[in-house]
Amino acid sequence: MDKDIKVTLKVWRQKGPKAKGQFETYPMEIHQSVSFLEMLDILNERLVKEGKEPIVFDHDCREGICGMCSLYVNGHPHGPATGATTCQLYMRRFQDGETITIEPWRSAGFPVIRDLMVDRSAYDKIMQAGGFVSVNTGGVPDANAIPIPKKDADLAMDAAACIGCGACAAACKNGSAMLFVSAKVSQLALLPQGRVEAARRAKAMVAKMDELGFGNCTNTRACEMECPKNISVSNIARLNREFLKAKLKD
Amino acid sequence: MWLLNSSIGRKLVMSISGLFLILFLLFHLCMNIVAVFSGEAYNMVCEFLGTNWYALVGTLVLAAGVLVHFVYAWILTMQNRKARGNDRYAATARPKGVEWASQNMFVLGLIVILGLILHLSHFWANMMLAELAGVHGEIAPTDGAKFINFYFQGNIVNTILYVIWFVALWFHLTHGFWSAIQTLGWNNNIWLGRWECISKWVATIICGLFVVITIIFYVNGVGA
Repeated sequence: MDKDIKVTLKVWRQKGPKAKGQFETYPMEIHQSVSFLEMLDILNERLVKEGKEPIVFDHDCREGICGMCSLYVNGHPHGPATGATTCQLYMRRFQDGETITIEPWRSAGFPVIRDLMVDRSAYDKIMQAGGFVSVNTGGVPDANAIPIPKKDADLAMDAAACIGCGACAAACKNGSAMLFVSAKVSQLALLPQGRVEAARRAKAMVAKMDELGFGNCTNTRACEMECPKNISVSNIARLNREFLKAKLKD
Repeated sequence: MWLLNSSIGRKLVMSISGLFLILFLLFHLCMNIVAVFSGEAYNMVCEFLGTNWYALVGTLVLAAGVLVHFVYAWILTMQNRKARGNDRYAATARPKGVEWASQNMFVLGLIVILGLILHLSHFWANMMLAELAGVHGEIAPTDGAKFINFYFQGNIVNTILYVIWFVALWFHLTHGFWSAIQTLGWNNNIWLGRWECISKWVATIICGLFVVITIIFYVNGVGA
């Protein structure tokens, strides 16, 4: 049964990208049925009433689709719940009297803009480098006109579940974006329309990822374990295959 | 050059050099097994290798393999530290399903290198190097069996140091083997768990036998 609990929030506050940040502590009394982001909204209302600066954090859809709510809660990207984004996290996950540490993503690829908000445009740049189909595929065909094996369709769909939130790079001790890139390469390489440009795409997206300063994957699987969409590291093996095949053909 | 400039290229070099070193470990293990049963047979192998051109070429290739693996590990680690950024998380938690070894490969590798230096000072320096230099002590450079008895029989310090070395190697291989396969792209949803299991078996067979043989040398010395 949900009840009111008292928690202590340790929140990272940073005025700007170059400013020095520090933790600030806020005591909260909150009902366990409240979502984590609603709890931050309530805290912000309180801060505004007290004439203080509200905490800046990213959020949008609040239903686990957009991947905007990038918070590192108690040592986990998106908090302690598995297979869920921060907006799907509820206060019933926490105990009465608990201290909750909230930090922004820590990765050179995601510089802090302010407080808990980071700049994740690096992922957009990787997508712009090749995460699309540019061949002319004509008008919309009948759904059954191009037979695709169920296995491939399922794998492509699983990879396409990636919302590009950045939790993979945030969780990785190497700051690697390989899970994200592999999911985007896989979802297209597995389907006939995307297969045509698979080699060029793998090379371009990996080159952009390296250029933007993301780290090297060492297969710790932390990305997979913390991914709110449960993207598998088997996609990384597929990306490696696609990339190596493309390079050996050059 | 994509093997130097690309993150996947660098990982490919790490995986191939790592698999090559695992193959060498298997070869070395076979030699050690021979020594358990017969010191004389072991010395025949030592004599066969000796300072012949093929043994020298093999040693150089092996040294190059170790060097490449270590240098690339260093480069990757430095790049990864930079990619992590200057600010570190205040609260950290190892997610369920993440192996401890996978997050400590560099430190484990350093322990393996230290063990390797100790091992080379015990055997390679007294055998191949001494033979090449033409300078040696009381034990002949080709008498590997005598060196084993000298360094292990009744010597608890060396035995413990070698066991620590093999334990570090075990952790390193449990992650290193399947990670190398994953980097080569030979993995999928079905084989992911299988490769991880095979990796543990490979590490346990290699390092377990090395440990058992070291203890046998401590208790009995080489085989009669």
